[in-house]
Amino acid sequence: MPLASVPAPGPAVPDLTAYAAAAAPLLGLTLDPAWIEPVCRNLAVLSAAADLVAGFPLPDEAEAAPVFEA
Amino acid sequence: MTDETINDWSTAGAASIAEAVSAGRVSARAVTEAALARIAALDPAVNAFTDVTAARARAQAEAVDAGRVHGPLAGVPFAVKNLIDIAGLPTRAGAKINRDRPPAEEDATLVRRLKAAGAILVGALNMGEYAYDFTGENVHDGDSRNPHDPAHMTGGSSGGSGAAVAAWLVPLALGSDTNGSIRVPSAFCGCFGLKPTYGRLSRAGSFPFVGSLDHLGPMARGVGDLARAYDAMQGPDPADPVATTRPPEPALPGLDAGIADLRIAVAGGYFAGGGDPEAFAAVARVAEALGATRTVEIPEARRARAAAYLITAAEGAALHLDRLRTRAGDFDPAVRDRLIAGAMIPAPHVERAQRFRRWYRAAVLDLFGTVDVILAPATPCRAPRRGQTHFVIDGVELPVRANVGLFTQPISFIGLPVVAVPVRLDAGLPLGVQVIAAPWREDVALRVARHLERVGAVAAPVATLG
Repeated sequence: MPLASVPAPGPAVPDLTAYAAAAAPLLGLTLDPAWIEPVCRNLAVLSAAADLVAGFPLPDEAEAAPVFEA
Repeated sequence: MTDETINDWSTAGAASIAEAVSAGRVSARAVTEAALARIAALDPAVNAFTDVTAARARAQAEAVDAGRVHGPLAGVPFAVKNLIDIAGLPTRAGAKINRDRPPAEEDATLVRRLKAAGAILVGALNMGEYAYDFTGENVHDGDSRNPHDPAHMTGGSSGGSGAAVAAWLVPLALGSDTNGSIRVPSAFCGCFGLKPTYGRLSRAGSFPFVGSLDHLGPMARGVGDLARAYDAMQGPDPADPVATTRPPEPALPGLDAGIADLRIAVAGGYFAGGGDPEAFAAVARVAEALGATRTVEIPEARRARAAAYLITAAEGAALHLDRLRTRAGDFDPAVRDRLIAGAMIPAPHVERAQRFRRWYRAAVLDLFGTVDVILAPATPCRAPRRGQTHFVIDGVELPVRANVGLFTQPISFIGLPVVAVPVRLDAGLPLGVQVIAAPWREDVALRVARHLERVGAVAAPVATLG
């Protein structure tokens, strides 16, 4: 198959259910099966927020300012 | 209203009470008894109070009447969101879990300062669990209810504070604001709220939520009362690591200086869409009253809100991680699910949000080189109905709990001072407008709010309860 015919890889869609299941023991959390769907829904919102923030170019010199004394 | 015309001290403003008590025209005890009676009669309709500290209030009132305590808030009843320490009570922060905490050994700094100014603490107020809330709903204590229509939300998370002030149960309440939790209930309940500059008022003795975003501030039915309380609470406090070392900068002396020297603009772009038409009509009403015709764009506000959302979820989750490990079933499910997701955010996403915050802060501070005050809606809509989980904004269905603060979050993200002013467009529920100033210029935001109050453009409408 010529390379040109290989579809370009799209952005990977994270499997949030698998991620939550793997991350929970890392954090010492036990997830009731009923919580997984709402947790993943929240993860999806947070992931979209992270994408939006990541879309803004920042220079390496832009350090965090954890205290906001003006 | 002068005190000569007041025949029910339970509904008087803070300044009227303090002046009458100081002049000996009424006793602090009489004012306190009137407030306690009104709370007993009307609180069941709005569910604002989780504790009424009647014995303590009577003892404090006697101290004022005996001349042992006097000050600018002599005899003024007030109540505080229940994440603020009251000696002798466990600080519940809206949570079932916190009820197992030992009682607070002493009052929070702000409670002590109000008490030293003569104010009388009458109780603790309902709130959304751990302040992760914009609705005023609480699964443990019941929802706080909007005094203008109890079928509707108060907004949150300082929902009890909004209900208590708007139902005229107290002339003054304290709330906290991490992403909008003073400004949202002020808007939905139709009262005035001050979210000061980050670091201006001590948070010592309050249960935290997001340390890099948490503020405490007053709510009241008039700008003069707001300024009077704010002035009494200022001052450095080594017990709060981010409290400013600046000396107090009282706002009351210059409150009536007018607005002639101020450059005032309306926030465009992000703040001019994504809400119901009434939200923008309220801003237009305020802008017209101020003669503000200019528009400015707060850059990257949508991204700022997203960054605030990420930092909130991550810092909040880190704060509560041990409780999520051991008592997850005792959380409000809506809060628990958001916190668990927050714990799982990859660290680089949060660090990126903090770095973006640095850029955004510099960009917005540049704006204040050309403008003194920026106006923006407080909420995208009027108070939704209690129990309502979704609303439609600009044709898109969104979860209420996460999106009521979409206009407040980009402002508190960098700690700017804001006075939320109440606007009544019609016979419907009230709306709110944010009067935003540069860091440390609470005096400017309060001056503008006072002007709006004097020309009749904003007012805390009377709730018809009882």
